[in-house]
Amino acid sequence: MTARRAELTLTVNGQPYDVAVEPRKTLADTLREECGLTGTHLGCEHGVCGACTVLVDDEPVRACLMFAVQCSGQAIRTVEGLADGESLHPIQQAFWEHHGLQCGFCTPGFLMLATSVLESRPDIGDEELREVLASNLCRCTGYQNIITSVHSARDQMRS
Amino acid sequence: MTVGARWTGRSLRRFEDPALVRGLGRFVADIADHHNGTLHAAFVRSPAPAGRIRSIEAPPGAPVLTAASFPGIRTICARLDRPDFVALETPVLATDAVRHPGEPVALVVAGSRAEAEDLAEQVVVDIEATRPVLDAAAAIDPAAPAVHPGLEMPMGNNVVLDARMATGGVDEAFESADEIVTLDIRAHRQNALPIEARGALAAHDPGTGRTTLTAANQMPHMLRTALADILDIPEADLRVVTPEVGGGFGQKMCVPREYVALVAAARLLGATIAWIEDRSENLLASWHSRDHSYRLRGAFTADGRLLGLDADIVCNIGAYSNYPVTFGVEPLMAMAELPGPYRLSQYRVRSRGVTTNMCPIAPYRGVSRPVLTLAMERLMDTAARRLGLDPVETRRANLVKDFPYSMPTGLPVDPGSYVETLDAAAEAIDLESFRRRQQRAAAEGRYLGVGFSVFGERTGYGTPAFAARAMEITPGYETVQLEMNPSGDVTARIGASPHGQGLATALSQLLADELGVEPRQVAVVHGDTDNTPYGWGTFASRSMVIAGGATKLAAERLAARLKEIAAHQLEASPEDIRLEQGSAVVAGTSVGVTLPEIARIAHHSSHRLPDGLEPGLAVAATYDPAGTFSNACHAAVVEVDPDTGHVEIERFVVIADAGLEVNPMIVEGQIHGGVTQGIANALYEELVVDGDGNLLTASLMDFLPPTAAEVPTIEVTHIQTITDASITGAKGVGEGGAIGAPAAVLNAVSDALTPLGIEVNEMPATPARVRELIRRVQPATTGGRQ
Amino acid sequence: MKPAAFEYHAPRTLEEALGLLEEHQDEAKVLAGGQSLVPAMNFRLARPAVLVDIAHVPDLDRIDEADPASVTIGARVRHLDLEHNTIAGPLGSLIASTGRWVGHYPIRIRGTFGGSLAHADPAAEWCALARALDAEIHCRSTTGERTVGAGDFFEQMAFTTCLEPDELLVGVRLPRLGDSWGVGMAEFARRWGDFAIVLAVAAVERDGDSIAGARIALGGVAGGPVRAANAEALMAGRPATAETAAAAAAAAAEEVDPTGDIHGSADYRRDLVRAMVTRALDQALA
Repeated sequence: MTARRAELTLTVNGQPYDVAVEPRKTLADTLREECGLTGTHLGCEHGVCGACTVLVDDEPVRACLMFAVQCSGQAIRTVEGLADGESLHPIQQAFWEHHGLQCGFCTPGFLMLATSVLESRPDIGDEELREVLASNLCRCTGYQNIITSVHSARDQMRS
Repeated sequence: MTVGARWTGRSLRRFEDPALVRGLGRFVADIADHHNGTLHAAFVRSPAPAGRIRSIEAPPGAPVLTAASFPGIRTICARLDRPDFVALETPVLATDAVRHPGEPVALVVAGSRAEAEDLAEQVVVDIEATRPVLDAAAAIDPAAPAVHPGLEMPMGNNVVLDARMATGGVDEAFESADEIVTLDIRAHRQNALPIEARGALAAHDPGTGRTTLTAANQMPHMLRTALADILDIPEADLRVVTPEVGGGFGQKMCVPREYVALVAAARLLGATIAWIEDRSENLLASWHSRDHSYRLRGAFTADGRLLGLDADIVCNIGAYSNYPVTFGVEPLMAMAELPGPYRLSQYRVRSRGVTTNMCPIAPYRGVSRPVLTLAMERLMDTAARRLGLDPVETRRANLVKDFPYSMPTGLPVDPGSYVETLDAAAEAIDLESFRRRQQRAAAEGRYLGVGFSVFGERTGYGTPAFAARAMEITPGYETVQLEMNPSGDVTARIGASPHGQGLATALSQLLADELGVEPRQVAVVHGDTDNTPYGWGTFASRSMVIAGGATKLAAERLAARLKEIAAHQLEASPEDIRLEQGSAVVAGTSVGVTLPEIARIAHHSSHRLPDGLEPGLAVAATYDPAGTFSNACHAAVVEVDPDTGHVEIERFVVIADAGLEVNPMIVEGQIHGGVTQGIANALYEELVVDGDGNLLTASLMDFLPPTAAEVPTIEVTHIQTITDASITGAKGVGEGGAIGAPAAVLNAVSDALTPLGIEVNEMPATPARVRELIRRVQPATTGGRQ
Repeated sequence: MKPAAFEYHAPRTLEEALGLLEEHQDEAKVLAGGQSLVPAMNFRLARPAVLVDIAHVPDLDRIDEADPASVTIGARVRHLDLEHNTIAGPLGSLIASTGRWVGHYPIRIRGTFGGSLAHADPAAEWCALARALDAEIHCRSTTGERTVGAGDFFEQMAFTTCLEPDELLVGVRLPRLGDSWGVGMAEFARRWGDFAIVLAVAAVERDGDSIAGARIALGGVAGGPVRAANAEALMAGRPATAETAAAAAAAAAEEVDPTGDIHGSADYRRDLVRAMVTRALDQALA
């Protein structure tokens, strides 16, 4: 059943990772099992919940819907790459300050989704931001504090 | 609680969060993936809802384990000690029969999950399918197939619980009524749906003979006991660890067959094996929730006083029981708490649990209360409408105002703010101006509505409360072990098992106030049976009440020790010592000794302790309260699109009374999350099967948790009624949001559709259902303009 | 929920891609954005032995506006790029307003126009748009190219097109719409970003105050996207008013023959057709 493994180099958070994976291995599973980056979580594995959202060339993607073999040569960013050493990224800080997480399982996906949209569209309006954040599911917070957190980070990142 | 408390009552940001926002929180799948050489399990599951297993064929030599691989393994079975209850036994893996779709039949092991799934596909289970029974009403029919043939069902076909109670004058109350309101309420089947599905990692250490199960679970100690009992292993050889857990909502409370099989497999193979449930398995066969039907009759006076209530409740409990609380929790909670906060003297109820070929039911946030609150609140609105009364006035006339109050079921209700929250909600909505706006909208063919929901949420169930259900395994108390370390910081070991609530932060706030330390000097250890006292975990809105209470009691003991040592050092009286800002000082003076100094003496110079004091600074305390009631009023304003049946929630107001709020930010977060699940239950989420029992909502494209686009801003106002039913003053808040929201939403939808004479008594009120009701009175759409 | 094993190819040229499809036939699936295919593979509902990833095939990601009468959208143009397209006139605005309804933001970043048409979900926005505008669909194989009208491209069975196993959808030609055209799109879905239960795409050509012609396509009411022919016929020559729109919507609801599923009965879908067609036409006539 198992197919030949493909050898490839993934660039994750600026670091090269040489991996040998079956073509069927998704980017999410590869990050977790081959790169040791388990901050990217799997909530549904069919592209609905968004817990596995990572950035590929700065755009948010469902890492459960890409195979690692598709990602060679692209710049991948995960939640582990957000903080600068000890200092949290503004989006991480905002989620902490505004209680934007409870169990924290969906949080990495929301952080990456929000980071990407705030980087590419720092002036995005509230209504459109709510639509973007509707891409991911959270079962604990009711979204309200997630929205507040992202608004706060937007203001922080603009200034 | 403490007047002038420094930390309690503050929205301290959570200590749990930095690791989680960095992606460094370790959930069970993360631990499995970081562990070298982990094997992965997949389950072969029954495709049929009912049938007899003829054979199970696996590729020769493949690591495929079936019931036959584990001789001597016991069934999973928890009992209620009452005559109206039939105990159901669950085999760990199916033996001769399958009773619901997705029932685990075999476990396979491979080097990766993908390979385990490859192998599972090669296992051929030959099942002689039999006719399933899926619906509770159909299952009761004497002609229906028996889900558990051979098991005696003295109360009727497939009836596994038939509980009744009645007060003495119910018939007279109905005879004297001016209006009798009859109502059928239906709550369809749902899934609690934590974003992290279930999962576990079983590691057997052949050297020590011990097995560690790291699991997404809410009740680690109970799980350890269950594993020991079912697998006949000395309990001391088992360790259960619950690391970061990605939400539970009840789904991770009960003992899963899969975890038991995994431990058995790890011990059999001497291996470390992970089973990480995927969403497909989770939707099909984790635990389902609710699936209740209520027929209510309410006897009212012309001015809206409820004289009597008669209820017939049927709960479809699925194919097996859960463990440890049993399926009895659904019908028994429904019957005990149905009257809610309304003064009522005459009450008759029959409440049944019925077994079917559906996935078993486990408690889900609120358990029966979202449905019983829906039933009572729809009853109040329906009665008001029939009698031409205002729904708010009708509620006010019936709400309990004098405390303590005793429900007709004997449940004591401690002081709360039922009327106050209702009034505050009506004011927040500005009911009069809403009614004017509603009329203007009606003139334009638009349907706006408002709905209220008042409820009490019984929380902090201690042993006496659970004992009333005659549970063989009676949960209730919590123990906290507290130790001040030689350096003056504090370790608290608790039996509660938080999974996202932020309990560690909140307990550290309590302890900081009691001991005069900073919250960051407190480490709360939980979720490890080797390192925490036996306890009941986190469920039923209990942790701040019970574990918080035990924490306070333990802190008082530790504070007394610290004061005694300080008094000895300072040659003062212990009564005059105050613990504040890291020191023990003589009240009214600047004379003091630091806590680290005291701790060093206690641990490292115990010869300097006062006579009779034992070395060290370890204390423990247990708290086991009778229970208390949080309360709240929810109000929803909605607009119904008559052409599509879509319900838009314009406003959602919560006036919440959870007693003392140790960390208001956390309390509010619990309400937001609870209300959102309540809205989801009210409008979106439903597990649907076809006539053959096949799950049609097998993905999150068909089972529909709402997103940020569907959930409104939730406007929360807090009232804090402190009672002595809880020694911290906290009343519990985990479930309230989910309990009140469905009734508020469905009342609002019904209010909006009043001009059409439509009442919505079924949840979820999906657009299709709402539109079907509208079509009956308005066959063509209005032209579809918004 | 891990996919069954497969062989992966990432051809660098169109010829190479077509050669792989010819070689593997039914065994092969084309991978573009993967936003529908990969979920199906994770559920093991789809289990291709070979995946042909067209990410590196040149030129498929272009919107070709050279022709004054039409626009050709490359197979790999993403939903997001269409949502933010710069195509002039009513066609551009119809594509933009339709694109906004396709999936969620991350799905629109990966998912492609050609992939959506080839996947042929009966409730897909792009399929309905293609059907409304009688798109011409370019299908290539090693033996050459054929152009199929949208009316023939989608089969009656859901998720089925006339694409042969060795064919690759390379582009889609849409007619430009002049200023006499008005366009509209309305969709009802349970949640933001979900597939539609019912959707309507409308394009109406005006002749002064009356209607010269109308194109109305519906999703979610049959195995593939359908045109509301009776409704279109009814509108021709009538005044461009709300009353005409309402009459057309009623006709559309009458002529469809939907089947019920968990999200609603056949009657419910008919009701939604009437509502969505009214709303789409109201936009088109505004």
